[in-house]
Amino acid sequence: MKTEAASWKPVVQQWCDRHIKLLFLLPAFVVVGGLIVYPLLFTFHLSVTDAAGSVDRESNFIGVENFVSLVTDTERFLPSVWRTLYFTAIGVSVQTVLALAIALLLRKPFRGQTLVRTSVLMPMVATPAAVGVMWLLIFEPTIGVANEIAGWFGIAPQGWISDPSQTMTTLIFVDTWEWTPMMALIMLAGLLALPEEPLEAARVDGASWFQRVIHVTVPMLRPTIFAAVLLRLIESLKTFDLLYTTKGAGGGSSHEAETLEIYSYSTSFDYQEYGLSAASLVLYLVLIIVIIGGFMAWQKRGTK
Amino acid sequence: MTLSRGSLTARSVRADASTRLARNRPKGPIVRRNAGRVLRGTAIAVVVFCSLIPLVWVLVASFKQNVDITNPEKLLFTPTLSNYSNVLVVNNFGEYALNSLFIAVMATFLSLVIGTPAAYVVAKYKMQSAAMFIFGARIIPAIGLLIPWYFIFVQMGLVGTFRALIASHIFVALPLVVAIMSSFFESRNVELEEAGQVDGLTAIGSFMRITLPIAIPGLATCAILGFIFSWNNFLFALVLSGQDTTTLPAAIFHFIGYLGVDWGGLMAAAVVITLPIMLIAMFLQRYIVAGMSAGATKG
Repeated sequence: MKTEAASWKPVVQQWCDRHIKLLFLLPAFVVVGGLIVYPLLFTFHLSVTDAAGSVDRESNFIGVENFVSLVTDTERFLPSVWRTLYFTAIGVSVQTVLALAIALLLRKPFRGQTLVRTSVLMPMVATPAAVGVMWLLIFEPTIGVANEIAGWFGIAPQGWISDPSQTMTTLIFVDTWEWTPMMALIMLAGLLALPEEPLEAARVDGASWFQRVIHVTVPMLRPTIFAAVLLRLIESLKTFDLLYTTKGAGGGSSHEAETLEIYSYSTSFDYQEYGLSAASLVLYLVLIIVIIGGFMAWQKRGTK
Repeated sequence: MTLSRGSLTARSVRADASTRLARNRPKGPIVRRNAGRVLRGTAIAVVVFCSLIPLVWVLVASFKQNVDITNPEKLLFTPTLSNYSNVLVVNNFGEYALNSLFIAVMATFLSLVIGTPAAYVVAKYKMQSAAMFIFGARIIPAIGLLIPWYFIFVQMGLVGTFRALIASHIFVALPLVVAIMSSFFESRNVELEEAGQVDGLTAIGSFMRITLPIAIPGLATCAILGFIFSWNNFLFALVLSGQDTTTLPAAIFHFIGYLGVDWGGLMAAAVVITLPIMLIAMFLQRYIVAGMSAGATKG
């Protein structure tokens, strides 16, 4: 018995060693296949059917009909594409500039820096759904503190989130509060890893603080800035929690906060139009790939 | 002006000349330096204030009675715990917190078990395509996966079960684990690993006994971030959770619908959801920033 055990054990070990790639990757592949690849194909399939109502209902192949109705939908779909681009473009631009400023501000060591960094971390770790609810109270037109503060400066009470013409701007503000810290901390980590010498050289050559930032620090920090923007870009295009907790189904009564994310969620889970929603998701995915791909191509060209 | 500034830290020969120059003008730089310091201190204070004041405001509101919340100009009030008892006891938020905890722990644990070996192989054999695939997973709109999951889970009778929620939350944590751990394993000590194999360890043995124990800080980073992202996830629970499996973020959303006017309760609920995460972040700040940066350079 003992000799037998001793003889097969090395064989198993050897097999495991030789197939370590397979053994280590297999569980991840199974999960990724089951959770991502198959569902994605399923969504592509749904997009050409009229699936709606109950999940068990038989659905029929209808070709590109869903896509046609989407790209001609000037009431909801096309405005939601525009809102997605608007929310991301304005939000990420403002956040990038602010984050860079904060990172530069916190760069040199000072007393209490750990405390400051921890405070800055708080908005981004706070549960986004709770953040949405929080700001709902702050921007409440009659009892919110935002109008109270506006009053101190003689500004008439505003509708903020509840006023369709101000909704997106207010929500971009909240998004900026929530996510600037993430970019700032990534950039700060990048700044702290930069070598001191080039800055020192520029200083000795008489460059002003502003010149040093523009001509020395920012070019050196470029890869980190791009990485932070890329990360934020992906997340911003898919913002859901903040928009849905503050405005609910369909982005509010006149769809004022309906981005692609909210549109595709609402069509499927608020109105059970699964086929239409799947088609919008296909277009949405294409848009994301174009934007992210374009951004990465631009980044590559810049580094050459 | 620039010369005198240079005198503060410069080490070169030219800087020595500027030091002498600076000494001839003793007043200017010190005043400037102090002004700069005050300016910087003020700016830092503003950043901290802006980050924290909305959170503090909500924390304060959670101890107010609704009468006091509707008067934002009134600063003094009699604190009450009724919002918390209302949320925790009457509205079952204690139970939802346990659901959130269970799902986040299970999803994070499973993601670590599945993702760490994969990350190791990705790093060891420099599998760029696998890394790109993980990045690809991040850009997919989650709703595009949620609809098929919903169809499948309905047919399997799994909607509203912990199994469905944990599976969906693995999608949140797994890409994170692979991204962070593969960059961690890329900088591992290959010689130590090889020495182990010379001494008779198998490839898997050396991974288990040498590489993995050294990687504990990386694993901790993944565990913390995975837990936070899973705890904070709102979208999946909104669709896949049932009455017994509701997580905190989904519960607060339903809370708005039922008791839209109970602002005190809502704020207490927001505090109950966020406070555990903030405590984690406070004590483990270092790991979170490190993990984010690793994830950033990877993705």
